[in-house]
Amino acid sequence: MSTLANEIVDRPPDLARPWTRTRIVGAVLVGFWALVILGLAWWLIAAWNPDLFDKYAPKYLSGLWVTIKLVTLSIVFGAALSVPVAAARMSKNPLFAWPAYAYVYFFRGTPLLAQTFLVYYGLGEFSAELDAVGLWSFFRDAWVCGLFAFTLNTAAYQAEILKGAIESVPRGQWEAASAVGLSRTQTMWKIILPQALIVALRPYGNEIILMIKGSAIVAIITVYDLMGETRRAYSRSFDFQTYIWAALIYLSIVEALRHIWDAFERRITRHLKR
Amino acid sequence: MQSAWSLLSFGPAGWGDEILAGVGVTLALALATLPVGLTIGFFVAMAKQAEEPSIRLAGNIYTTIFRGLPELLTLFIVFFGAQIGIQQLVGLFGVHRVIEVNAFVSGMIALGVVFSSYASEVFLSAFRAIPKGQYEGGYAIGLSYAKTMRFVVLPQLIRIALPGLANLWLILLKDTALVSAVGLSDILRQTGIAARVTKHAFLFFGVACLVYLVLAILSSIAIGRISDWAHKSQAAR
Amino acid sequence: MTLFKRLALAASAAALVLAAGAASAQEMMKLKIGTEGAYPPFNNLTADGKLEGFDIDIANALCAEMKAECEFVAQDWDGIIPALRAKKFDAIIASMSITEERKEKVDFTGKYYNTPPAIAVKKDSTIAGITPADMKGKVIGAQGSTIHFNYLEATYKESEIKGYPTAQEYQLDLANGRVDAVNDDISVINGWLATPEGACCKLLGTVTPDPKIHGEGAGIAVRKGETALVEKFNAAIAAIRANGKYDEIAKKYFDYDVWGG
Repeated sequence: MSTLANEIVDRPPDLARPWTRTRIVGAVLVGFWALVILGLAWWLIAAWNPDLFDKYAPKYLSGLWVTIKLVTLSIVFGAALSVPVAAARMSKNPLFAWPAYAYVYFFRGTPLLAQTFLVYYGLGEFSAELDAVGLWSFFRDAWVCGLFAFTLNTAAYQAEILKGAIESVPRGQWEAASAVGLSRTQTMWKIILPQALIVALRPYGNEIILMIKGSAIVAIITVYDLMGETRRAYSRSFDFQTYIWAALIYLSIVEALRHIWDAFERRITRHLKR
Repeated sequence: MQSAWSLLSFGPAGWGDEILAGVGVTLALALATLPVGLTIGFFVAMAKQAEEPSIRLAGNIYTTIFRGLPELLTLFIVFFGAQIGIQQLVGLFGVHRVIEVNAFVSGMIALGVVFSSYASEVFLSAFRAIPKGQYEGGYAIGLSYAKTMRFVVLPQLIRIALPGLANLWLILLKDTALVSAVGLSDILRQTGIAARVTKHAFLFFGVACLVYLVLAILSSIAIGRISDWAHKSQAAR
Repeated sequence: MTLFKRLALAASAAALVLAAGAASAQEMMKLKIGTEGAYPPFNNLTADGKLEGFDIDIANALCAEMKAECEFVAQDWDGIIPALRAKKFDAIIASMSITEERKEKVDFTGKYYNTPPAIAVKKDSTIAGITPADMKGKVIGAQGSTIHFNYLEATYKESEIKGYPTAQEYQLDLANGRVDAVNDDISVINGWLATPEGACCKLLGTVTPDPKIHGEGAGIAVRKGETALVEKFNAAIAAIRANGKYDEIAKKYFDYDVWGG
């Protein structure tokens, strides 16, 4: 069959692709990146030092694990905290709405680094008072301080994502649900949230990526996460490849997560494809 | 024990003037980064919507790298790496002069590339929101590609991209805090020094947060004005 | 607290050199000196943003001796050697200990002081001594990328070691109780304990220096291969030792011999 088709149909000739100016520019740009990437790879191979690897690879792994734990827990705790905050934000009662608004504005309007310092060094000033109410053993640990600051921060962002998503569901959905006799709770869980979460999927993915990148700042408050281990390795070895390796690790995590998230989103929104 | 007011006062005993100088540095850095980031971001967006696939690829590699790296890491790489790298590069051409890449310039480069990779996404979606007919209309009345861009596309593009860019400005303002880690005397570093010296950490880091908050509020007001102005020109059409 | 710290700093350094008035401007060698500015009593920023301390006075004396025009650059500790190598300044005078590990990256002059390390704890601490057994399970702090940090990591295998950006931060955390003990040079510990902020804490004991880790005292670091500069500094150190300038400065800060054995 196929041979027959080949004989009968004459293939049209390939379209000529002349070397236009844009194509030359494109080739130069791609060539530049290829040079950078190849140069980096060549340098990493040339500078490969087994002693350095033996000494720091396990530390990088433990740092990576600290980063993953920190980001996962703060995202989960932040998600839990974001629900009441979002609810308060959407409340008609100003007694709830205003504090929630102030909370969200504060944590979204100030740098995460400043918030982390405020928690770590700021609360450290009140160690005696916190000890009296039994909270000091909690805030004593730098890792916990980081987790606490990150949780509060991401909760503010996640509350806004949640609120935006819920408000994106048309009012008609509420009305239709109440017309068929569903309670408000039922409507929320069965009708609104499933639709809202699809809208929220992309911003949630972005928020996780922002947290992975943002978590690097705990290195400044004595936590040895991936960034902390990198700085320690650099300050001992003064070998710049320590930073390049960290960059490669962060880049692969973020890229992998982005692709997994995209696939996940495609799968969940299958039914919406026309 | 000094009171909070005397600690924050101006003059030799208080830290008010130091913090104010820090505000100046933060604002200068953010304002210096903005045009760099916007310009690079615009060209990267043009690359990413080019018809030539190799140009698109080059643009995508750029955003993948600089949106995937932690900002702090990008900053360290620029701060420690750029000076050595540039020196070796000019050394190849036989120039042996000390080229200083200080904390401010490092911050500008690092924040600029991060800002531009996000800005390119904002510009790209704005480009896509402008119908093809606008370009065709431009060509139909005899405008060149450059003139169509400048007089037809760009004014609409700015209006559409404004909310996204405003958001990026607020992020940039916060990201400047990272340069305190490479020794630039911005708000956070100045309050940090004050906190260490006076041991009033909560007060000074609280003040730092409030200052950033005030800058964010002022920015929002200014952005509101700009957006009003941008939409007025639309209504007058 | 003036607004333009750097300017004032440069001006005061220049003024000092001019006051020394040793040579005409043409023969002045220009040097940029890197220091940290967060390590009292050796180098720290005063309330009005000027650098002061033993290192700074010694640096100024050495510069006067070498007839050099010196300018100070403040640089965070963990980036100070990379900054030297990147030519952001020409020499580090910042209480940097001369160790084998660092000699691989920079060249050192001879020492300009040598004092032993010590460990401090809170006044109500129950820690009995400084052996690894005493410190088991405790949290010990030090400034990161220092010999003290390296010593803690090598010695106290069963304690948690925390590295801080500057000495002032571990002091804050010892007072807060986040760390149980801190390790630093005895002059720094004693200087801090004498201030109101140091009232929380006491000296637990001095550490017997381990030559492999602690090296041979604090020296001036320059880029590898700059032997002429090393020679000049060494000659200047010998000169201020001989003419009494060194003792005059040392007496200002310490009531014991910082030159060491």
